[in-house]
Amino acid sequence: MKKYAFIIDIGRCENCNNCFLACKDEHCGNDWPGYTRPQPLHGHRWLDIRQKERGSFPTIDVAYLPRPCMHCDGAPCVAAGSGAVSQRGDGIVLIDPAKARGQRELLDACPYGAIWWNEEEDLPQKCTLCAHLLDDGWPAPRCVQACPTGALTLFAGDDWQLLEKVEKEQLELLPEAEKQRGRPRCYYRNLHRFSRCFIAGSIAERLAGIEECVVAARVILRQGEKVVAEQGSDDFGDFKFDDLAEDGADYQLEIAAAGKVRHIGVPVLTGSRVLGTILLD
Amino acid sequence: MKRVTEIIDLGISGLSAKFLAGLLRSLPLLLMARARLSPAYRHRLLEKNFTARIVVRGDGLDTAFRFAGGSVACCLPPAGGAEVEISFSDRATVLKLLRQPGDILGQLNAMKNFRVDVRGPDELVIWLLQTVKLLVAGDKGPTCGIRVGGGVVRYVNNTNGGPVFVYVRDGRILRITPIEFEERDGASWTIHARGRSFTPPRKGTVNPYVFGLRSLIYSKDRLLYPMRRVDFDPNGERNPAGRGTSGYVRISWDEALDIVAAEIRRVKKDHGPGAIINSCGSHHTWGNIGYWLSARTRFMNSIGSSQVAHNPDSWEGWYWGAMHHWGNSIRNGATDTYGTVEDCLREAEMIVFWSSDPESTSGVYGAFEGTLRRQWAKSLGIKMVHIDPYYNHTAALLGGKWIAPRPDTGNAMALAIAWVWIEEGLYDEQYVATRTVGFDRWRDYILGKVDGIAKTPEWQEAETEVPGRLVRALARQWGSRKTYLSPGGLAGFGGACRCATGIEWARSMVCLMAMQGLGKPGVNMGCLQQGAPVDTHFYFPGYAEGGFSGDLDHTGLRVNLYQRMPQLPTMNPVAQVIPRLRIPEAIFGDSCEGYPTDPKSIEGQFRRFAYPAPGYSPVRLYYKYGGSHFGTMAESNRYARAYRSERLEFVVNQSIWFEGEAKFADILLPACTNFERWDIGETANSGGYSHHQFIQWNHRVITMQHKCIEPLGESRSDYQIFLDLACRLGLGNLFSEAMTELDWCRRLFDASDLPGRLSWKKFLKKGYYVVPAPAEANRAPVSWRWFAEGRDKDVPELTPLPGEYTERWRQGLQTQSGKLEFESSSLKRFAPDDPERPPLPTYIPSWEGHHSGELYRRYPLNLITPHPRYSFHTMFDGKDATINDVPDHRTLIDGYYYWIVRINRGDAQQRGISHHQLVRIFNDRGAVILAAHLTERLPPGTVQSPEGSAVYEPLGEPGNSPDKGGCVNVLTSSRPIISRSHSTAANSCLVEIEPWPEGGNR
Repeated sequence: MKKYAFIIDIGRCENCNNCFLACKDEHCGNDWPGYTRPQPLHGHRWLDIRQKERGSFPTIDVAYLPRPCMHCDGAPCVAAGSGAVSQRGDGIVLIDPAKARGQRELLDACPYGAIWWNEEEDLPQKCTLCAHLLDDGWPAPRCVQACPTGALTLFAGDDWQLLEKVEKEQLELLPEAEKQRGRPRCYYRNLHRFSRCFIAGSIAERLAGIEECVVAARVILRQGEKVVAEQGSDDFGDFKFDDLAEDGADYQLEIAAAGKVRHIGVPVLTGSRVLGTILLD
Repeated sequence: MKRVTEIIDLGISGLSAKFLAGLLRSLPLLLMARARLSPAYRHRLLEKNFTARIVVRGDGLDTAFRFAGGSVACCLPPAGGAEVEISFSDRATVLKLLRQPGDILGQLNAMKNFRVDVRGPDELVIWLLQTVKLLVAGDKGPTCGIRVGGGVVRYVNNTNGGPVFVYVRDGRILRITPIEFEERDGASWTIHARGRSFTPPRKGTVNPYVFGLRSLIYSKDRLLYPMRRVDFDPNGERNPAGRGTSGYVRISWDEALDIVAAEIRRVKKDHGPGAIINSCGSHHTWGNIGYWLSARTRFMNSIGSSQVAHNPDSWEGWYWGAMHHWGNSIRNGATDTYGTVEDCLREAEMIVFWSSDPESTSGVYGAFEGTLRRQWAKSLGIKMVHIDPYYNHTAALLGGKWIAPRPDTGNAMALAIAWVWIEEGLYDEQYVATRTVGFDRWRDYILGKVDGIAKTPEWQEAETEVPGRLVRALARQWGSRKTYLSPGGLAGFGGACRCATGIEWARSMVCLMAMQGLGKPGVNMGCLQQGAPVDTHFYFPGYAEGGFSGDLDHTGLRVNLYQRMPQLPTMNPVAQVIPRLRIPEAIFGDSCEGYPTDPKSIEGQFRRFAYPAPGYSPVRLYYKYGGSHFGTMAESNRYARAYRSERLEFVVNQSIWFEGEAKFADILLPACTNFERWDIGETANSGGYSHHQFIQWNHRVITMQHKCIEPLGESRSDYQIFLDLACRLGLGNLFSEAMTELDWCRRLFDASDLPGRLSWKKFLKKGYYVVPAPAEANRAPVSWRWFAEGRDKDVPELTPLPGEYTERWRQGLQTQSGKLEFESSSLKRFAPDDPERPPLPTYIPSWEGHHSGELYRRYPLNLITPHPRYSFHTMFDGKDATINDVPDHRTLIDGYYYWIVRINRGDAQQRGISHHQLVRIFNDRGAVILAAHLTERLPPGTVQSPEGSAVYEPLGEPGNSPDKGGCVNVLTSSRPIISRSHSTAANSCLVEIEPWPEGGNR
């Protein structure tokens, strides 16, 4: 049987919220018997978009992380749900709207905060992957249909195909998944934009009293003796080493251009570091 | 029923007076026969009891019918006249009209020349004419929508954020989705560039707010019944000071319409022409019939009302500035962008986005159609630079270099770029020599020969706070790469054009491109938001063509649509004009002046007009229609104060929702959304304003806007409300031409090129048509290429008008020289010594900015108020919609959805402000309570909060207390950019921010 999974590209998400709003369009005020009761008009985020700014003015970037229900294999909520939560053969995890009534503790069972409490219905609720639509022949849930950038896609296939894709495209699970029971069926591309950090700066020099950008300076990032990465500064003299762990490691930079060399230490990297303008004089 | 027409046709072919008499007398028999066959028709005949008389004067025929109790019979013409009297001049006229029932032009000509005349109460006349017309119509209503199973019907509608499928079950909307095309729908185009092929997907995109529409349609803030302000008595105490604070009581439609009609009559009688004004927000609905430039215009012209002149709000600097250097008056000074998607993907090496965030503004009506094209550009390695005080969403998505000038200083950087190009020889000297005039004088100014100040990158640092080396680096890249410049998300928009330096900025943008050879391969305007190679030869009208407005003066009706869709013309007899940004002053009875938004010529904007106009009454009755203005008009509290003035005797607001400004009305008329009525329209086709606007879309999508559900509550379509009022004023037949909304949709369909492609029946059922992409040979040529190559103009637009060419038709530009002008000849003619707008673009520091001395010390933060991302101005905001739950639109604090202000972390820390804390943002003009969003996306000293709050909730007296709703335009200045304009400089606004003690910290 073909099984579903979310594939989400952080590099393509621009926080337009089409997915979040399409989900509300489908579920607020609409009852889908056998799948879920109506979502309240306000408050729930079945598709929650988190955001992260990295760096500081003027050297920043921003990433957005859409978080639906992960539809985990071996999901903790299934284990905790006393039969009220189950995973279908196609991988979709559903909360039975009749059986789950009153089970507020399910919210704590989900390590991703993907289950929401419906006060009026006395019911835990979450993303259903629009199973009622998929069962009706729709090719994708509303959030995927609504995504204008290709950030959100739906995978449908055998698990070995999924694994092959994950391997080949180096897709990742949320970092917190490692420590949790169950394995999410939601994979991310370019997750480093959210979970890891960068070191960046701008190289300049003074020529005849005028400050100029230094283009194509050689910038080497080292950890001790080891060269981590190397790049040339761009047309504005900028460099940026991305995809670094926020683990408190020490780095050293070597910047060289036109016979001038500068060494800069970047100690204890726990978040993106902006070195500002680096004068090569 | 076909047989009936055949019999008539046979009879009238040799029509004698006697036969005609017999035919007329047989009309009751035909009606009754139809009633016997059709229950619906039988039911219809029960609706009215009256006598109608038909006279053919020249032939002495005189016949009367009595409609009573569901039956019709001939009767003697009543002595005192019948309730409805239809008279024809002669039987030849009857013959002509009977023979060609679809000949609308013939009918209109007969009416205009009084060969046919109809008298009687409008509702009876319209009923009778429609009843006769229904004789030959099918019994079943129109078949529309596609059944998709489970009792669900999929209809089609349209919005300013894209066309949609609307799924309906049991009379209720289930969902609203983007349109996905079928295999057999019109073909898509393919662009070949740099060894790759690009084809758009077979679907349309939509804006975020489109997914909030269902919650808006069923919002608890919908106006479902006509209402009267509790302390308003049209025959007694009116209590205007209660506007904005008093409650409302439900009244009947009859009572509401009677009051409004009586007030229209009364102010005309008491004060004379000009006392009525109408104003409307743009685009709160979509279509060509029930639209503000169609039904509303037709009604307001019919009653005679002072015209509210719109400032060119999205264009400002382009209209008042850029136009004087390159013409393009038809686009309010913005540029055409034909063929630029293909040219940019094939040729360009860099795109400079300057005050340009199409990922937030969608150009306008462009949804996310351009996003994919920009992703293609990125994948091709085209470099991108983003100049914007805010790290906007286009920069965030695409990456590239972000340069953040202090707001309202942008053209200092532009001049410094020109300085580098001049100093280092990085411009196209050949092009400047042959395609432009006045460069030497501008060059001398740049180099400092005029004022002793060389406009160097280091000079601009003090203005923009951008390091000179970055400007130098940018100038060098730009000067050595084929570069597209996108000033604004739509080329010719942009927040930078709406500030005190906005005119000079837009002028400088033109001059920069003139130096780089505008129109050469890869050197052009835009950011792939416009210029898709769709079919520009297929005609379907856009909204600014005026629909059935009948207005030949203030819409684009006369160019194409009037000939294709003949209709009764309407002319507003009132010549008094009020600048929209001066409505409050006009209400207070102050005199004011303005300059028109006239796209016909460059000089149209020079014609100053004054209020009050000689011999006209000042404003006494305000007929407000559409969305709330408060969130979008500068110094908004002026409007709240004006509403509460004694001088304003009556306010009626025709609104869908009980929002912002609606709470200031005496009478509320509840209108329905365009999902509850019929209309017809093409996505992103605005007709005038921006000719061929639909080239933002990857496919042209023309929609039948189905009436998906019945109007909620007692709400009515705008068309119906205007018609109901018109009937009370004896204007109903003139207003409607006895047509229903659906009839008008059909007439518009027939007027377009659609009938050559598919039948009305099929269009009505399926609901949309995708215009196939043209053959490559039929794609529009690249804009400006003809000019760069010294050829005749070859892009598919009818402007400049023939009389504006200097040499001969199609040769050169609209400017006096026919060339790009660094020094503007139109400004030299108009006001050569105007220090606010000299003939050469120069740097003129903002009148509200860092040069403002004491004011700047008190209010050291520059507030920018760009267009909002998740609503369209005030449309789709508030009203308990799901949009409120978007955390970057509003922030929920203590149970209230607050509007957001973004502030640099350092600025916030200095003021003791934390993330999501409530703050008071204020200056001498007012105060607004907002939720602080701390960010590094802004330089220190700049704060950002979009315009567009539909909520106006003053904490105390309206107009004189802080607004909790989020109308940040409370803070912006109503001063025009330059005095010789009618413009807004909303992005020149100094403020201070402090924690709002009454708000909790979350």
